[in-house]
This record gives sequence, C-alpha cells and structure tokens, in this order.
Amino acid sequence: MPFIPHTETEISEMLAAIGAPSIDALFDEIPAALRIKSLAAIPDALSEMEVGRLMQARASQDGRPLNFLGAGAYEHHIPAAVWAIVTRGEFYSAYTPYQAEASQGTLQLLYEYQSMMSSLTGMEVSNASLYDGASALAEACLMAVRAHRKSKSARIVVPSTLNPTYLSVSRAVVEGQNLSFTVLPYESGKGTLQFSTLEALKGEDLTAVVIQQPNFFGQMEDVDAITDWAHANNALVIAVVNPLSLALFKPPGEWGTKGVDIVVGDGQPFGVPLSSGGPYFGFMTTRMEHVRQMPGRIIGRTVDLDGKQGFTLTLQAREQHIRRSKATSNICTNQGLLVTAATIHMSLLGAAGLESVAATSQRQTSKLIEKLTRIPGVKLAFDGYRFHEAVLQLPVKVREVLDALAERNIVGGLDLSNLYPELGNALLVCATETRTDADLDTYAIALTDIVTGVVERNR
Amino acid sequence: MSNIPADLKYLDSHEWARVESDGTVTIGISDHAQGALGDLVFVEVPEVGKSLSKGGAAAVVESVKAASDVYSPLSGEVIAANDALSGSPELVNSDPYGAGWLFKIKPSNNGELQQLLDAKAYEKVVADAAH
Amino acid sequence: MSHISEPLIFKHSRTGRSAVGQYPQGATAQVPEKFRRRKRAALPEVSELQAVRHFTRLSQLNFSIDTHFYPLGSCTMKYNPRACNAFAMLPEFLGRHPLAPDSVSQGFLACLYELQEMLKDVTGMKGVSLTPMAGAQGEFAGVAMIRAYHKARNDLERTEIIVPDAAHGTNPATATMCGCTVVEIPSLPNGDIDIDALKGALGPKTAGIMLTNPSTLGVFERRIQEVAKLVHDAGGLLYYDGANLNAILGKVRPGDMGFDVIHMNLHKTFSTPHGGGGPGSGAVGVGQRLLPFLPIPTVGKDGDNYRWLDEKDVPQTIGRLSAFMGNAGVLLRAYVYMRMLGREGMHRVAEFSALNANYLLARLKKAGFDAAYPERRASHEFIITMKRQAKELGVNAMDFAKRLLDYGYHAPTTYFPLLVPECLLIEPTETEAKEELDGFVDALIAIQAEAEQDAAKVKGAPYTLPVRRLDDVRAAKQLDLTYGMRSTE
Repeated sequence: MPFIPHTETEISEMLAAIGAPSIDALFDEIPAALRIKSLAAIPDALSEMEVGRLMQARASQDGRPLNFLGAGAYEHHIPAAVWAIVTRGEFYSAYTPYQAEASQGTLQLLYEYQSMMSSLTGMEVSNASLYDGASALAEACLMAVRAHRKSKSARIVVPSTLNPTYLSVSRAVVEGQNLSFTVLPYESGKGTLQFSTLEALKGEDLTAVVIQQPNFFGQMEDVDAITDWAHANNALVIAVVNPLSLALFKPPGEWGTKGVDIVVGDGQPFGVPLSSGGPYFGFMTTRMEHVRQMPGRIIGRTVDLDGKQGFTLTLQAREQHIRRSKATSNICTNQGLLVTAATIHMSLLGAAGLESVAATSQRQTSKLIEKLTRIPGVKLAFDGYRFHEAVLQLPVKVREVLDALAERNIVGGLDLSNLYPELGNALLVCATETRTDADLDTYAIALTDIVTGVVERNR
Repeated sequence: MSNIPADLKYLDSHEWARVESDGTVTIGISDHAQGALGDLVFVEVPEVGKSLSKGGAAAVVESVKAASDVYSPLSGEVIAANDALSGSPELVNSDPYGAGWLFKIKPSNNGELQQLLDAKAYEKVVADAAH
Repeated sequence: MSHISEPLIFKHSRTGRSAVGQYPQGATAQVPEKFRRRKRAALPEVSELQAVRHFTRLSQLNFSIDTHFYPLGSCTMKYNPRACNAFAMLPEFLGRHPLAPDSVSQGFLACLYELQEMLKDVTGMKGVSLTPMAGAQGEFAGVAMIRAYHKARNDLERTEIIVPDAAHGTNPATATMCGCTVVEIPSLPNGDIDIDALKGALGPKTAGIMLTNPSTLGVFERRIQEVAKLVHDAGGLLYYDGANLNAILGKVRPGDMGFDVIHMNLHKTFSTPHGGGGPGSGAVGVGQRLLPFLPIPTVGKDGDNYRWLDEKDVPQTIGRLSAFMGNAGVLLRAYVYMRMLGREGMHRVAEFSALNANYLLARLKKAGFDAAYPERRASHEFIITMKRQAKELGVNAMDFAKRLLDYGYHAPTTYFPLLVPECLLIEPTETEAKEELDGFVDALIAIQAEAEQDAAKVKGAPYTLPVRRLDDVRAAKQLDLTYGMRSTE
C-alpha cells in the first residue's frame, strides 16, 4: 500500500486494542446511506516509475520554448544552491512555526527575510509574506482603509498602467467590503500616468493612491511627484514594485519627501522559478506606525528563559485564530517555502549581484528592442526610460505572430490588444539576463520572417 | 479573589465606570478581566471627540494570546484617553482602577447609569464565570 | 536536530564578499538621477559556502515530518512523497511561463484538467476551480460564491453566515472579509451541532452555514442530512470546510452529504508540502447551483484540446484570486500524489488515518488520559484534555506539549478548539507506523509520571532544543522585527 506502513499483524493488534471488529467499523457513526459506492473517475494506481514516465511525457510535450514574456513573472537564473537547500525536508516538510522552540530555523530565516525586504524597499517593517503580488495589493488596499482612519471614502486611485490582473484580483478580493477603485488613464506616447487626471481629484477624499514602478509597460513613473501629491491631498501611497528593480532604483521608502506608506509586490524574481504562475510569494512592507494594521505573519526577536536570543511569531492578536471575525485578514499562512528560496537567493547574490542581474536584464531588453525595431513596421509604443520590458507595436495582428512564433518554439511576449485596444497591435516583450545575444538574434530573425510573411500575404 | 471596588459601576463584560465629581465618567477594565487576559502588550484607546453608544466597541486590549474589545458602558463623547498606555500597557495589569484607566466620556444619557451593575451584582458575575 | 544556535546571516557579512559565480558580470546601468538608488540595500555579503552552511544549519533547528512524528491536529502532517516534488520540478514545468500560449502548454493543462476531474469525483461536486492559493483563500472563494448566488437571485438580504463555536478562526474571519455577519451557534456536550440553536439562527437573512465534518472536535456530525435539509429549506447554502477531508476521503463525499461548496486543502489531504507555513492550495468544488460563479481560470477541454476558461466562458465568475493560476506547482504535486494512490488508495487514506487515530485514543485512554468525547469514535483526530492535570498537578496542556518536544515528538495542536479546556488535538495521519504511535504514547505516560513527581521539571521544558521557552510578551511589547531595528547589535 503506497505510503501506508501497516502490516496485517499490526492491523489486527490495533483493532484489538481499539475493540473494533474491522477498519470499516470505525466509520459506524456515518449514516450508511452516505457511504461512497464507487469512485469512477479515479484511475488505477501508478507506481513511481509509471507516474514518472507519464509526467516526463507531459513535460516533454510542452518542451522548453525560448521565452520573451514577462508581465509579472520573470525568468532569472537561480543558483543551484537555492533549491538544493529549500527542498531539504526540514524546510520542505515543516509547518507554520507555532511551536517556536521546534521551529527556530524557519523563524530565524523569516526574521532575516523581513530585515532584507525592509532594507530593499526602504521601509521599517515587513511581514513574512502573502500569497502573491496581486493578492498582496488587495490586502494593501484593505490595510490602507484600516490605517487611514480619517478618510471615510474607502476610495483607491489606480493608474491604468498598473498590471491589469492586479486590479482584477483586488476587485475580486475586496468585493464584499465597499471599496471603490478610480482608474486614471496614461499619457499616450509616454505610457505613464496622465498627471493632470490625478490633479483633477484635488480636494476629494481619497484613501490611497497606487503606483506601480516600473509600470506594467516597463516605463518609469514620476513617483516623487505622485507620492508628494497624494500626501498633500491626505491620501496614503501604496507602491507596487518589482523587487529586483530596487537594486538599481530608488526604494519606495525614499519616494517624494516622505516616502510611501505601504509597499507590495511579487517576490518571484528572487529564486522562484516561473513554474506556470506559482507558487510565488507576495511581499509587504510598511512604516512602523501601521504595523498593527498589516495582515499576515510577523516574526519578532526576543529572548528565552535563559536570556538567549530566539525568534517567535508576534503581534498574533491581529490574526484570525485569535481575532476571528475581527481579524485584519483571514490569511493563515505565508508562502514560507518560497520565502526560503528568496532569502537564500538574496544572500547568495547580495546587493551587488542583484544590481548586476538587473542591469544585465535591462541591457538585454535594450538590445532586443534595438533589433526588433529594425524590422519594418515594428516600433516602440512609448518613449522614456524603462527597465526590462517594453511595448512594441506591430504592423500585423499580434495573436497571429505569437502563434507563428510558438510554432518556432518561441514565446514571444504578451498580446496587449485586448487589454489596451487603443494601442493597436501591441506586444509586451521582456528579456532578462538569461537571454543571450544569440537568443535575441533568434527572436529577431523569426519575427522578421513572420511579420514580412504576414505583410506579404495580406498584400 | 479579584478586587472589586464598591464605589464603581460595572458591565457584565467586565468594564468599570466611575462617575467623577464634574459629571464625567472614567472607564476601564476590571481586575478580573486583566487577570484573565494576562500580560497586556497593547491597548487601543478611542480618539478624543469620538461619540460612543452604550454597548458599542470602544477600545481594544491585547495580550499575547488574546484580544478583546472593550465596550462603552454609557453613551457619550470621548473627552480624554489614557495615552500612557501606548508605551506602558502593563499599567492596566498593575493598576486597573487607577493608572490603568482607558478613557473618559461625557455621558449623553444619565439614565443609562442606572442600568449598570453595582459591585455586588458584578461580584456574582465573576463568581458564576468561575464555574 | 542541532542544538547549536546559528548567528544571523548578517554576522557573517564582510564588505566586498559575494558569490560572484552566480550572476552575470560586466553590465552597469545608466540610471537617471531621479530614479537612482543612492545607497545599496543592507543585504548580506557572504560566500556561497557561507550561505549554504548558514541555511543548512538553520534547517537543522526545525522539526519536520521528514525528521519527527508531527501529530498536529487539524493540519494533516502526513508524509510528502518525494516523487511528487521530483516530477513537479521537471525543468519543462519549472520553465513554463504562466502566460505561454495554450499550444505549448497542453501537457501542463492535461494534468490540471485531470486533477479537476479527480477532485470532483472524490468530493461529489459538479465543478472545481484550482486557483485559490491556500485554505483561507478557498474559504473566501466559497463564501464569495454563496454571496454571488444570492445576489444573482436578487435575494439581497441574505448576509448572515452561521458558524459553529468550534470552527476555525478563519471561518468567521472569511465571512467578515466577504461582507457578511457571523452568527455563532453552540455545540452539544456530545460534540454534535445543537439543532435547536441552528433552527433559531436560520431565517430570511441566512446566506449559508460553514461546517467542518468531522468537526474540529474530532467527531463526525451524525445529523448532517438533517442540518442540510434545514439550511436548504431556509434558503441558505452549505459550505464545507475541507480541513478534515482526510478523515472521510474515499468513504463519504461532501456533495452526497448535501454541501453546495467545499474547499480542499491540497497541502493536507493531498500531501503537498507545508513548507514551513506555505504554499498551501485551497481548490474549491461546487454543486450545480454555484457552477456559474467559480473563480477563474479553470481548465476546459474541447475535443482533444485543453484550454483556459476565463471571463468569456464564466461571465458570472467571482473573478480572479491570483495573478496567474494559483499555486500551479503545488497542483502538480497533488496530481502526482492522486495518481500514485489511485482509486484503491483513496479509500485507504480515511481508513488508516482513522485506524491510527482510534488506536492512539484507545491506548491513551487506557493509560489514564481523559478523552474529551470518550463515548465517540475518533475521526482522523481526537482531543484529550489536561484539565485534571492542570488542576491537580499544576501542569497544563502547553507544559505537556513543550515537554513532548524534549522526547522528540512535535507537539499536538494546543488550545484549539477553544471550547475544550486544556486540550491537545492529536492527528497522527495514515502514514505513521504503529511503533511511532506507541513511542508517542510512552512519551506521554513518562511525562505524566514526571508531572506527578516533579511538576517544575515539566513546566520548565523544553531543555534540549535550540532555545527554551521564549518571552512572547517582550516580543510583542519591544518589537524587534528587523536586524538593526534595536541598537543591540
């Protein structure tokens, strides 16, 4: 029996100790009419070898296409040491550190993580992580409403340059709680928030303004001006950031005169594989004054009976298992294992390593844009400074191009024509440090072929 | 046995109220309540100027393992809050009827005072809870 | 387990040191002044060996399933088969971008589609969405769907969620998150729901009820069919909290009991790793009435072709709960696990988890410990209460729990459910061998003897772990949440 160690003799001994005639008798409190008749949709058991063969076949079917897609999930090199340690049973198969004395490894690691994330984002405190970047933004909006007691509107301003999925998730999560979102347009040609539309809200009761940096298009927003405007208008500021970009760019804690109030984002670029979208982890950092409004686990350092340093879950009275219906959130867990990966990743690379990865990614994206915009009819949608993503406009339908690229084993980017129809045939592309110059050439040659081919055909 | 001063009024949810000479009312939690909660680590007091209704949640007291709402025994406007508790929540443990007071209100309906428990009735509430 | 403390990684840091082999060299960014970071983040500067040694040493300060018996009630700490991890981490799966076109994703989508089908079958539901990223998010999706259902019928007054007093804290927290109010009903002394109290709570404002069955008290709710009928007759829906699904897997299905929606904890019942507190995975299943509201995306099948279903296919959906497809890698692990158990293996999950729990309960009762519900069968877990020991010896449930750590056993869940004083909620799971259970009983007997002879010894435990009991009051009052926050370094 897979994973069940009982011998026939032991089963008999155990039943005798219980005083039950059979295993089935242990279920005699369940009404007979409810008992399962069959499980028709469950196939017969496979051995480890057989299931391995099946999974390898499924994996091979999808292959390993050359990837130029980002849009919130980025392919970076992960040092071999990261997952060798993460999958150690002591991390992999432990649970939430309720018994602090038996969980010092996990707890100390989380404290180190909190320290690193606070410093990286320029904020005072961090929680031990949330599910992913999108749900972290939803939690940040709810937190802003709790933290900003003077604002009665529960109104959150977001630019349309925010990752559209982040807004969808936020809407779904806060649906029952009377929050409203005001979406502001971007400036055409620049791809950044149209500041005048923000200024038009002057004097209104706004709970928070969300800024994504770099934004969904890969462009850089004028974060200082937006932050200062929001604070001058008594709104909190929520920053959504790619943590890798913070190796190069000013941390949200230093935006504007006072810095932002809450920072969230997805930690995936730090040691977490693309893995079809998860598990990733969301991070959240804030100012000390808001710590009691922050959702999720928080680890604190303290001392034991002998005065020795130790780590423990703290501020638990905010959480569901104590506060029940009045908790800050219903969240119980964090994404512990992924945070473990990120903490090891940050330790291995250090600030210098992350800076180099970010700079190389930016350089490869610039090179890619240069190569692709040489193709007749392909041009950049926006001017201005950018990180490692860019929006290109094509002379042909993006969907057709992406399908044709996929046939050549290239994942060419994200089709924006449904999300931002006003941009026409728009394609969001990304290159990280993992794309070599030869990879960029492969893409450029394929795209030239396809675009020229489609243009010819349509002629 | 916990200390239940005879000159105070109580709620069965373990708040106490003291009518001051100027007609304002000081509110806190009972010795029994602080003992049941254990070492307090955080106290959230209401903002001055806030208007409270009788029985409404007004403050929060937190220990490591529990958090509890504090209900206002009377309707009225908050005229003072004990700011010392933000740095020293343990005052509620060490001196629940003195330095550990939570907030003061100006009551808007003096009739509500009559509905509160006296020390003897509250003593019975505490005794019953022990069983 | 190591007993030697490991300094913070920052203590190993030396300016200029780094693991240079791990990242590309040569590129420098030209960042405009207004965007430029002025001072590098305070990340550690260590060599690869130092990092590896540090984190390996930290791992050795943990209890885990792979190293210790972990009978944490309500958490289903069963063995996490290594094959599930190995096959979910094939390079093609790890490298797949979440937004890659369907044409290069058929292998991955096939796994998810089949997982949906298998989960439908074991729960007796009509549709499954795999996107919730943890049990609490699955709960959220469930209650949000109940709300959406009433809203779609223009039945707008239904905003009350009934929750038994024994419920997990997440149930009321979730109801609040969904804009509902919570109505708590008591349990009877035998552990069943108080039907009269339920009748009193039901009414035109009832949106639904959230139940765990078997309940958190470790016993099966025998009158579940009656409960279902009462709730449905009152116009409400039934939500099944899958926390205890392991107890009934392959024996009875929530759909057959009358539940309209269920969340499953794949990290419990389907053995995906707990990872020190996550990732979880909280897939939801629904009956006919809630099908139109399932969270997106789900996986559909047209002929031989798998594809994502989104807003266009499920226009009344409660929406997206994650940026992409939930905790996809966890789903692959659950898929491998279910394929390895197969049809016959499903039944054995409930059977052997019940056998282990009832055996442990029988042995502990015989040794003189007090069961909270002595007349009832244990489900996959059960409660013993240390109320007597606390009163007579001054040694409480937490003291027993901490002393167990010295004996090499992870503590059971303590002080939950809140209803039972001085309780230990014990869940051995089906993957533990008899000798492990016997060792655990022997340890509790030994601690009982210690408590009778020298209570202080038990109250001072643990002694053999990296730290002794921690000062939680200090942790909460003198917050020290990041390195350097307090100038003690």
